[in-house]
Amino acid sequence: MADSWIEVCAKDAIDEEDVIRFDYGGKTYAIYRSPEDTFHATDGLCTHEKIHLADGLVMDDTIECPKHNGRFDYKTGEAVGAPVCINLKTYPVKVEGEAVFIKVA
Amino acid sequence: MNAGIVIIGAGECGARAAFVLREYGYEEPITLIGSEAHPPYERPPLSKSQGASAPVVVAPRDKYASERIDLRTSCTVTRIDPDLQLVHFAEGDPIKYDKLLLTTGATPRMLRGISPASKRILPMRTFEHALGIKCLLGPTRRTIIVGGGFIGLEVGAMARAAGTEVVILETQSRVLTRGVPQTIADTLVERHRQEGVRFECGIQIEAVRETDDAVEVELADGRTLTADSLVVGIGVVPNTQLAEAAGLVIDNGIAVNELLETSAANIYAAGDCCSFPSAIYDGRRVRLESWRNTQDQGIHAAKMLLGKPDTLASVPWMWSDQYDLTLQVAGLADGSERSVVRNYEDGSRIIFHLGADGRLLAASGIGVGNSIARDMKLSEMLIAARAEPDPDHLSDPSFKLKSILPR
Ligand SMILES: Cc1cc2nc3c(=O)[nH]c(=O)nc-3n(C[C@H](O)[C@H](O)[C@H](O)COP(=O)(O)OP(=O)(O)OC[C@H]3O[C@@H](n4cnc5c(N)ncnc54)[C@H](O)[C@@H]3O)c2cc1C
Ligand code: FES
Repeated sequence: MADSWIEVCAKDAIDEEDVIRFDYGGKTYAIYRSPEDTFHATDGLCTHEKIHLADGLVMDDTIECPKHNGRFDYKTGEAVGAPVCINLKTYPVKVEGEAVFIKVA
Repeated sequence: MNAGIVIIGAGECGARAAFVLREYGYEEPITLIGSEAHPPYERPPLSKSQGASAPVVVAPRDKYASERIDLRTSCTVTRIDPDLQLVHFAEGDPIKYDKLLLTTGATPRMLRGISPASKRILPMRTFEHALGIKCLLGPTRRTIIVGGGFIGLEVGAMARAAGTEVVILETQSRVLTRGVPQTIADTLVERHRQEGVRFECGIQIEAVRETDDAVEVELADGRTLTADSLVVGIGVVPNTQLAEAAGLVIDNGIAVNELLETSAANIYAAGDCCSFPSAIYDGRRVRLESWRNTQDQGIHAAKMLLGKPDTLASVPWMWSDQYDLTLQVAGLADGSERSVVRNYEDGSRIIFHLGADGRLLAASGIGVGNSIARDMKLSEMLIAARAEPDPDHLSDPSFKLKSILPR
């Protein structure tokens, strides 16, 4: 598993400034498309309580958790708004042709 | 050395304010005083994701030490002296403050004549209440809940999840008369019924008695209900006693202005205990009992104590989890407005309330899990932006609310 790029979806499956949920290998991820049309990936669950971030709202560089509105910078994973204080893990993302891939291992 | 800032009330609001003061570089002493034994913790004090042995704290004790916040738990303030700027305790010397923040929260209303030491008749506010209630729940147990508000319904759901037989008593003709539209209340009630909760609305309680192993409720219609426990969910009263005795203006809570200043010099108040002019509702005086408001006002209080210019224009917002359903309410509806419904394919729904001028005033949504969270968040932003959305857009679930957000 030296090169474990996993295909997530087609680029167009994610709206600009939006997020989708991606489940793989028993784990859940959140895949983002920024307003500048770059793609990013983080753990799918909020670090406060285990809530799916993909139900939250993306504004610029941040994802807001749907439960208690904790905020993360999804490009760096940094926790930027209470009540979250633990950063999110991020994963490398690449786009090849029309497809989005993440590297999970 | 300066006397620094003293905060009375070690709940979420007081704790938030204390930490934010340090974040903003405040260097003088901070004393955070709370009558409960635990460091500030999250309410609701028990949810299914939490263990029962200790509450979920806002921060561990050593975080207070490392931030040089003098956290005094199991410590009750008995009196404040605004002239000498002193805080008094039942025992020991008073302490001085340069500025005082009151975050004393609220106390649940009890049924008349019931001892606060009762083991079977409990309100639900503190961790101890939650523990007390929890140990009387179970498959062979029965509980009576008095009051069909949010707390009553949430405790009802928790009791059912533990297998308890549940009956909810409500004096009004329906539950949740405060704060949510009828159809959303109906959805919740229907769900509770499916789960086996019984509702008795429009009843009058004549008497409540506690015996060694049971609680008896005598109703005006002659029936007597018995149960292992009784949970009282009939609202809370703001803790204004200290402020009142010190001569501060009280108006449905400790009255503060937009800077969170009370009527006394150098005394501020925030959270469940205060009423304030709501900036986004043109100064209408409100008191909120919600988690988000407590967080926002805790942060705002820190800024105000430090004299930082800022206005708090956040939209009132609360949520309630019951079974797999989540209810959210953003904004304040005043009852006279027009409503527009947005029905989603999965059965979830948001009801928007528009003022006579077309302005979006409030939104209430219900759905499974966090299905409505994103659109509720956008609704909140539209309310804050004083938007006047097209009702046809609101009622169309495929229309992206984000596209009408002014940016
Ligand atoms: C069971 C439950 C469920 C809830 N669920 C939700 C929900 O789903 N969504 C939502 O938005 N909100 C919810 N809330 C409301 C929310 O938790 C409150 O709005 C919030 O906790 C208020 O925080 P506070 O710090 O202002 O007050 P409090 O939490 O009441 O804290 C005040 C503290 O001050 C202490 N104190 C008072 N007087 C003194 C004194 N003289 N000396 C020393 N200490 C003193 C008190 O002991 C208390 O610890 C819920 C509340 C409860 C109880
Ligand atoms: S679960 Fe995400 S902020 Fe609480």
